[in-house]
Amino acid sequence: MATTFGETPFIRKKRRDEAIVRVVLGLMALAMVVPLLLIVGYLVERAWPLLSLDFVFTNPTHGMREGGVWSALLGTLYLVSVSLLIAAPVGVLAAVYLNEYAKKSWLTRIINLAVVNLAGVPSIVHALFGLGAFVLFAGMGRSILAASLTLAIMTLPVIIASTKEALAAVPLSFREACWNVGATRWQTIRGIVLPNSISGILTGVILQVSRAAGETAPIMFTGAVFFKRIEEGNPFAYSLSDQCMALSMHLFTITTQVTDAPKALPYATAVVLLGSVLLVNACAILLRLRLRARKKW
Amino acid sequence: MLAPSVPPPPVRPRHPPKIQVRDLRLSYGGQEAIRGISFDVDRNDVFAIIGPAQSGKSSLLKCLNRTIELVPGAKQSGTITIDGLNVDELPSVYNLRRRVGMVAPLPVGLPLSIFDNVAFAPRAAGFKDKHELAALVEQCLRQAALWDEVKDRLHTLGTKLSGGQQQRLTIARALSHEPEILCLDEFSIAIDPVTTMRIEDVLKELKQRMTIVLVTNLVQQARRLASRTMFLWNGEIVEEGPTDVLFSDEPQSRKTYDYVNGIFG
Repeated sequence: MATTFGETPFIRKKRRDEAIVRVVLGLMALAMVVPLLLIVGYLVERAWPLLSLDFVFTNPTHGMREGGVWSALLGTLYLVSVSLLIAAPVGVLAAVYLNEYAKKSWLTRIINLAVVNLAGVPSIVHALFGLGAFVLFAGMGRSILAASLTLAIMTLPVIIASTKEALAAVPLSFREACWNVGATRWQTIRGIVLPNSISGILTGVILQVSRAAGETAPIMFTGAVFFKRIEEGNPFAYSLSDQCMALSMHLFTITTQVTDAPKALPYATAVVLLGSVLLVNACAILLRLRLRARKKW
Repeated sequence: MLAPSVPPPPVRPRHPPKIQVRDLRLSYGGQEAIRGISFDVDRNDVFAIIGPAQSGKSSLLKCLNRTIELVPGAKQSGTITIDGLNVDELPSVYNLRRRVGMVAPLPVGLPLSIFDNVAFAPRAAGFKDKHELAALVEQCLRQAALWDEVKDRLHTLGTKLSGGQQQRLTIARALSHEPEILCLDEFSIAIDPVTTMRIEDVLKELKQRMTIVLVTNLVQQARRLASRTMFLWNGEIVEEGPTDVLFSDEPQSRKTYDYVNGIFG
């Protein structure tokens, strides 16, 4: 047939469609970058007069109208790291159980259902739960520990879900091969499953850092205060039973409560919050790249 | 139809069989996969299982090393004995699985180095001595006819090998726990005929030391290797007997004749 390799209208249409789709999809992908750049650019531009290392490492002064964000930044670091120290091991191990050990039964169905629903609970409800369970019932009072536990409860279901997904991405045939040579489930998990899902697991865990750092509601009733003066430059200035300031809450306060604060102050605070979160995310990306370079199939 | 002129089955060897399966039934969530089968496998023999897809061949192998317990919804009844001992009553299922080597249809290179792939099972059993481990790995890779191709790159990834090499790696791994029984589930599905023949030669040699259960879709492979063959169909035994008889012009069942001669329909 003469037309086999010729230019038919259909082939021209296919080529045109392909070009259109490529451009449209590319624009959509590009559209993701624009808001981020705009947000960061706008914040930095507004915050510029105040941005300095001093701003990061000094306490707020004069009714939070001057000074820096040191006590709030350190508080956020405490809250995020303590909550992750609790949520990450519990969440990862629970997900390993659910994905690797649990048989299909009404109990596992209930657990899975609970995880999904817990992930959908609004943060203000978590806050009330934390207030009732940790602050009042467990007698922790308003403290970093109580607030961190509340944040941990909030991040747990998401960590469980992302960890399960990472584990499920390891092919079943690997597990079967291990079981066939007489390895126990745990030997299989330790030797094959975890090493090959660790990058996905870590990604899921670290993504929760930004969430824990950004939430205001759960810590408002459980451990965060409007103002607290701590020793500047000392990273151990808080203890677990202290109340603390937090960047997210501080931002809320200076925008709504302190009406005559300098215009740049909230923006500078936001830049510090965003910067610390992006820093953690950047570390996560680097770590993931390193682990993925070792990906083995 | 049973022809009256079928020769009587030859006298079976006197020593007790290595594997005895009695009235084995298996279902997956109510769906029957194996419908009450009984057979014996002799020691140091190659026992072939042929049959179309869904006939229960792979499920049967999973019952032998009790990995069927790990399949959700699987329910098994009947008994399997190895050396006269009921596998369900063995104190350690992990020891059972070490005694029964298993090679899956598609090669599975674990995401580890070639060396670690083979050393996985010994290590899982608490084997630590480095020199002995190295010697064992070499021996298994030699037995699986892979040593010469990989001896210079034992520490590269097993998953990067070609399909045929990965299949031999899988066999080396199955040999690494020194099994008494070696089960191969359609091992030649992913490899070329030349490699297949090399592995078949290996199997003939291994037969001296172990009992081999060979599930295969290549009926000629069963003919080449096995002294007894079982034809499974839809979870039932159509015919089980000396390979010569099944592949003769007058097997017990017409179905067998049609299947092995490729005139199915």
